Amino acid sequence: MELITPQHFLILASLLFAIGFLGVLIRRNVLLMLMSLELMLNGVNIALVAFSRSGTNLDGSIFVFFIMTVAAAEVAVGLALLVALFKKRDSVFSEDMRLLRN
Amino acid sequence: MNLVDWLFVVFSILTLGGGVLMIFSRHPVTAAMYMIVSMLGVAALFVLLDAFFLAVLQVLVYAGAVMVLFLFIIMLLDVGPQGGKAARLTWLPGLAGVLATFLLGLLLLSFIPDATAGSGSWPALPESTYVNGQNLTFSTAVSAFGYGLFTKYMLPLQVAGFMLLAAMVGVIILSKKHNLQS
Repeated sequence: MELITPQHFLILASLLFAIGFLGVLIRRNVLLMLMSLELMLNGVNIALVAFSRSGTNLDGSIFVFFIMTVAAAEVAVGLALLVALFKKRDSVFSEDMRLLRN
Repeated sequence: MNLVDWLFVVFSILTLGGGVLMIFSRHPVTAAMYMIVSMLGVAALFVLLDAFFLAVLQVLVYAGAVMVLFLFIIMLLDVGPQGGKAARLTWLPGLAGVLATFLLGLLLLSFIPDATAGSGSWPALPESTYVNGQNLTFSTAVSAFGYGLFTKYMLPLQVAGFMLLAAMVGVIILSKKHNLQS
């Protein structure tokens, strides 16, 4: 790789994080919000691996390993909560979950 | 530009395009399919960064397990394309979201220094997976991961395992029927 520097990977990672953030903000389907959260975590993973490779240090890659573990657990618990909410409210949209609002 | 640079361009377009199409698709199943495209692009970028083990894990965990879980829940809840009031994007939250994302992107990009092309920016990989003390050097070998996980990161590994157990028990309790109605 001659022209592509670690900075390019960081720019890509920040763009991916921003896309995931936009998804969390504008989508109302909680399922899609969880998917966008995964996108944000992937942006962070790219940045960590780029740092790990350019610094020849394995610690960043091992952090990515742990982030994947935590993301899998988070998805499992989040989807179980979503199913429980769907049973109670019969909706997956965030605007219908306003118990604390009025 | 040589081949690797072109591959970076192709896979970054795949990743970002998949992400954009995912957050703007109306049907949840379509969104899940675009997300698989995005995850595979990320896996290919890991290969470009010489992190082969992480690329395999990315495909197995994200494109495999997590997406199957999402598709299962979509099937279970039977959410179709969003119609009616839920599909309408009210302009104020949408505008706020776009503005907040723009500011966040600006903030993130301001931390990145200028791309200075140099031969020193990608150091050569060390020949052996020799590890001295606490200093783990980057390696393509899977055994380096194992060594790091079971020496320096022993406690985080066990905490992660315990967290997975807690998540599993939590999911089982959450999905029991009689617990919800009491």
